[in-house]
Amino acid sequence: MMTDSTMPAQATAAAPSEAQAQLFPFVLQLADTSLILAHRLSEWCGHGPILEQDLAMANIALDFLGEARSYYQYAAELEGKGRSEDDLAYLRSAVEYRNPLLVEQPNGDFAGTIVRQFIYDCFHYHLLLQLKSGPDAQLAAIAEKSVKEAAYHIKWSAEWVIRLGDGTEESRRRVEKAIENLWRYTGELTTPSATEQALQAAGFVPDYAAIREQMDAHIARVFEEATLAVPVGVFMQKGGKDGRHTEHLGYLLAELQYMQRTYPGLQW
Amino acid sequence: MVEQLAPPNEEHIWQLLEGVSDPEVPVLSILDLGIVRAVRVEGEDVHVTITPTYSGCPAMNVIATEIRLLLLAEGITKLHIHNQLSPAWTTDWMSQAGRRKLEEYGIAPPVDGTATGHMLNLFGKDTAVRCPLCKSDNTHMVSQFGSTACKAHYQCDDCLEPFDYFKCHA
Repeated sequence: MMTDSTMPAQATAAAPSEAQAQLFPFVLQLADTSLILAHRLSEWCGHGPILEQDLAMANIALDFLGEARSYYQYAAELEGKGRSEDDLAYLRSAVEYRNPLLVEQPNGDFAGTIVRQFIYDCFHYHLLLQLKSGPDAQLAAIAEKSVKEAAYHIKWSAEWVIRLGDGTEESRRRVEKAIENLWRYTGELTTPSATEQALQAAGFVPDYAAIREQMDAHIARVFEEATLAVPVGVFMQKGGKDGRHTEHLGYLLAELQYMQRTYPGLQW
Repeated sequence: MVEQLAPPNEEHIWQLLEGVSDPEVPVLSILDLGIVRAVRVEGEDVHVTITPTYSGCPAMNVIATEIRLLLLAEGITKLHIHNQLSPAWTTDWMSQAGRRKLEEYGIAPPVDGTATGHMLNLFGKDTAVRCPLCKSDNTHMVSQFGSTACKAHYQCDDCLEPFDYFKCHA
């Protein structure tokens, strides 16, 4: 990510309205979520099980990074305190990050990455469809752009869930283990934080109950084809959207932010 | 003496922009790709609006710099480059000349109407893409994700060569 003063985001012309200013924490949460997931996926670069899937994960990481940049640029503008997209990404600590817990979970094996991705893709795709027709023009523009990419992601991850679930004894064992490990983080995605609740009232944050229904239907359909069971009665962890993270985020940020923390203001 | 340059006019700027190529697909100009959405001249100020092909396209910064350098050489110093996300870029905006140049370069051009719009169409039949090398239609997709964000990875089952497919993005 590099600051490029030649390319301001689209909505720079008008000062943000009061309602828009309240959007800042939500846009930042979207930015953090896309950035952290992009970083996790990028960790696979050069380590993928086969070249084509290594490339796929790098491509998807790049899409999320691009989406994150659009959100960070917009968040910086909404905040209006002179912080840049880079300041927001590189100079905030773990407790200031607002991503849900799911996306910060370590890659694990390929099955772990696929399950994490598939669950997030199901949420992401339906969220973007809602944001695309939402009341905020800039969020709608970012979503309109990103949903096209998300359609490729969800197809890729769903096909891999099916291949692994309905695959060999080992792939099935690994994907079942991944579902068991990660399911506890799936509830947070559609459980609104206090910030989101306030914005839902104003119509800026979509109705998560409706997204949950669409997600569940999609997951059920893919799991059925994969001959996998959807877990029931799992206690759901949350806290990421309020800055209470698992221990994994700190390590991730230590790597992600290393250069800017060590050499403040470094550019290349 | 500094030569007095004529004031910029929009038509001339469009012609100049034909000279800026996509750094990742150098046979295509940015006009072939359809990423220049508008050119507006207001006195000495020139506004060029571009749109990214993919959110994370790393070529966008390079393209913006190249536009700036090119127009600077023409004496245009008050240049404003705007990055517009909506309406989102689609391969429908790629010119016919661009599609021809792509195939000659060895990249299969987008087949219209084949965008991934149906997320439930899992393991669906691959788009029939003509091999840009031997022109056979007997090809298969290796991966939806290729050497850059805008391409998928295919292989020809006749000449056996792997090739890039500029995937449809509608």
